[in-house]
Amino acid sequence: MRNENQPLIFELSREGRIGYSLPELDVPEIETKELLPSGFVRQEAPELPEVSELDIMRHYTALSKRNHGVDSGFYPLGSCTMKYNPKVNEAVARYAGFAHIHPLQDESTVQGAMEMMYDLQEHLVEITGMDEVTLQPAAGAHGEWTGLMMIRAFHEANGDFNRTKVIVPDSAHGTNPASATVAGFETVTVKSNENGLVDLEDLKRVVDHQTAALMLTNPNTLGLFEEDILEMAAIIHDAGGKLYYDGANLNAVLAKARPGDMGFDVVHLNLHKTFTGPHGGGGPGSGPVGVKKDLIPYLPKPVLVKTEEGFTFDYNRPESIGRVKPYYGNFGINVRAYTYIRTMGPDGLKAVSENAVINANYMMRRLAEYFDLPYDRHCKHEFVISGKRQKKLGVRTLDIAKRLLDFGFHPPTIYFPINVEECMMIEPTETESKETLDSFIEAMIQIAKEAEEKPEIVQEAPHTTVISRLDETQAARKPVLRYQKKEAVEV
Amino acid sequence: MMHRYLPMTEQDQKEMLNTIGVSSVEELFEDIPEKVRFKGELNIKPAKTESALMKELAQLADKNADTQKNTSFLGAGVYDHYSPVIMDHVISRSEFYTAYTPYQPEISQGELQAIFEFQTMIAELTGMDVANSSMYDGGTSFAEAAMLSAGQTKRKKVLVSGAVHPESKAVLETYAAGQHIEVVTIPEKDGRTDLEELASLMSDEIAAVMVQYPNFFGQIERLDEIEKLTHAQKAMFVVSSNPLSLGALTPPGAFGADIVVGDAQPFGLPQAFGGPHCGYFAVTKKLMRKVPGRLVGETNDEEGQRGYVLTLQAREQHIRRDKATSNICSNQALNALASSVTMTALGKQGIQDIAHQNLQKAAYAKKQLQAAGVKVINGGYTFNEFVVELNTPVSEVNKELMKKKIIGGFDLGRDFEGRANQMLIAVTEQRTKEEIDLLAEELKQYA
Repeated sequence: MRNENQPLIFELSREGRIGYSLPELDVPEIETKELLPSGFVRQEAPELPEVSELDIMRHYTALSKRNHGVDSGFYPLGSCTMKYNPKVNEAVARYAGFAHIHPLQDESTVQGAMEMMYDLQEHLVEITGMDEVTLQPAAGAHGEWTGLMMIRAFHEANGDFNRTKVIVPDSAHGTNPASATVAGFETVTVKSNENGLVDLEDLKRVVDHQTAALMLTNPNTLGLFEEDILEMAAIIHDAGGKLYYDGANLNAVLAKARPGDMGFDVVHLNLHKTFTGPHGGGGPGSGPVGVKKDLIPYLPKPVLVKTEEGFTFDYNRPESIGRVKPYYGNFGINVRAYTYIRTMGPDGLKAVSENAVINANYMMRRLAEYFDLPYDRHCKHEFVISGKRQKKLGVRTLDIAKRLLDFGFHPPTIYFPINVEECMMIEPTETESKETLDSFIEAMIQIAKEAEEKPEIVQEAPHTTVISRLDETQAARKPVLRYQKKEAVEV
Repeated sequence: MMHRYLPMTEQDQKEMLNTIGVSSVEELFEDIPEKVRFKGELNIKPAKTESALMKELAQLADKNADTQKNTSFLGAGVYDHYSPVIMDHVISRSEFYTAYTPYQPEISQGELQAIFEFQTMIAELTGMDVANSSMYDGGTSFAEAAMLSAGQTKRKKVLVSGAVHPESKAVLETYAAGQHIEVVTIPEKDGRTDLEELASLMSDEIAAVMVQYPNFFGQIERLDEIEKLTHAQKAMFVVSSNPLSLGALTPPGAFGADIVVGDAQPFGLPQAFGGPHCGYFAVTKKLMRKVPGRLVGETNDEEGQRGYVLTLQAREQHIRRDKATSNICSNQALNALASSVTMTALGKQGIQDIAHQNLQKAAYAKKQLQAAGVKVINGGYTFNEFVVELNTPVSEVNKELMKKKIIGGFDLGRDFEGRANQMLIAVTEQRTKEEIDLLAEELKQYA
């Protein structure tokens, strides 16, 4: 199926072609040199492509065919919750009254938007068991940092300036320690035990009067529920720290367990995961943050409040950490998430988690015979298997991932979490049918057999994609990060 | 329960539970301690059918005054610009919007190539060597530029112009607090960065001088003068720029900027009540390996065929963990794609044409308002925004304008002391002569 490259849009450019429609200037024209200071009039036109409208459509259509999305096929990328993105969300987000309103319009002209935001906040408060939610953070990582900044503000407001450490499990995503650093903390790692859960003894060892918070995903990145969550909460709270919930894996526990009830003080959600964002090829996302009562004063401002006259943004929040984003968050994504929650209702959300967990456990049990299962217990919405057995045959997890491409599947997350050798992290989600899961399982079984019988077919994969494995070393050593007119020269 | 998004039948469930070796779904949740197991029903609104929900939400949307049915003179960082219809067609291709970050380049060449093209267009417009794959928005890009500058210069103080977007400045202050960086404001004078103040604040302790171009009040900053003062102390020169204006203005790169940031929203992205938009981040070659966020690079496959990959990942947070200087993981891929389509549609000719129309129409509006007796203040050269002073609070004027289906300008009194009754007016290519004349007529009574 290898085929010709799609040229860059710049290579399709022909002088004089246009793809836009602007009216004739209908006001009297003044010479540019009278309107701009000398030296500030652009001399060389920017080299944007010159193409017709059809050229543009053909180009991007060709590019789209070289891309795999959830609508193209199964996408069991662990911890990313690649579920179906409902089309009604897209329709609603495009309503003129949502898409074409300006954030600085008079509040009286955007009451509908504010009402939607307020109701979404109320729904998220109930789903998470927290006391208040802000929609301002733009993505999960942004939410993490926002939550940690609030925890810092809380401690500092108590005159507690020595709480400089954030505890993070060794299985945590790299973003957790990065967020802690950017929020001005040091990171301390707590080990996992042989069951893949946080080691309580090690937690007791690392916690002290400098502990600002423990960041935790529950279920964790291995897809396992941290059963000792209440003991962990007690350890952290007794030491004066706060408990932070990374909502990346919330899809496992909707209407089953709420972070607020588990003792968490701060929660961030990834609306593009659990609440069908969509992912957009890497964004935009939305990362609301929920907090318990004692952290409410530190929420980013403005805070949306409901009064007798209607909804208003409250800027008078003296203890707030300030703004984390211009305006009020990724409103367009929040509209989609709201539409989804309203489509599912309480029963629907509960079924989401139940079906996601059944799907994951089913796949795990069927694959256990062919791959190593590092933690043999019920998983939640995702699970990890190890390619250790195949590695001995000379087939690495990367090869297995590439071979899956030949079957039309997006591979799982690989080599993460880092505490599992040759890791594959599989998250099927609830929107996939049993037939789809079965066909993926069959492909994995075939690959396991190939690894034994003809490993080269796996090692040399993929065989059917538009391009074969790319030279990433060359890309990093001699970075070419933009097109340049004559030859693509090194920048 | 059966739901249109949930394909599992009772029969499926029975078979699957049997394979798993449990008799009920509850067994799979038994690892959740009894005490924290949620047993009731979530107290949220019940599910609605597709049609009923669409109707309800359409009614909610209709409570808002949108810029399609009304005439907007509101800008202040978010603009009502031409948005080619093909833009929404392209981003509605679900191969793009239902994909995630292109971790598997063999099946993500479309997205990767589109981002590579975006990087090229932003670099072209800003006059910089390299641009990344996009950031959350202009405000957070601005803040990240300060963090990069502090890391690069090993200095802990930045100077920010008092004529930048107040909300970007507020975001910068929050980020700076996180990393213990001091933010000092360079006062504005007549709506421009006060160069004398800048000169006196400048020292070898300054990591960056940060300005906006055109600035928040619409004015063209003297980038040439600011560059000299900045680089004399080896500080980073950071310019936040409306990329559409760069169809007419000399790009910041030509003035020696080290980092150019901003938001690509003017390229046809829906205003969407403030987000999602699309931050961009462009730098000199020297800073290439320090850029936050993702970068796409060109390379070859095993057969020598050209292809694209995420590259220079050693910079990124998931690798650097607690050594990271930025924690951004994602980019705004879909919005970067959308703005790429608009930049492509405009092309070399259109970008100049659209920028020219903004410049001309704003100049005309200024003239008409002055003719109506409205005081245009601050003087100076402007692009598509300028400031007027009225005899009535702006919020009251805007309520009156709304009755004529006009969305008035930004109330500067909200964020700037001493600017009560001042309105920031934006005039884009979308505004017709008639609409501009009507605004002048309506504002006459507040002159």
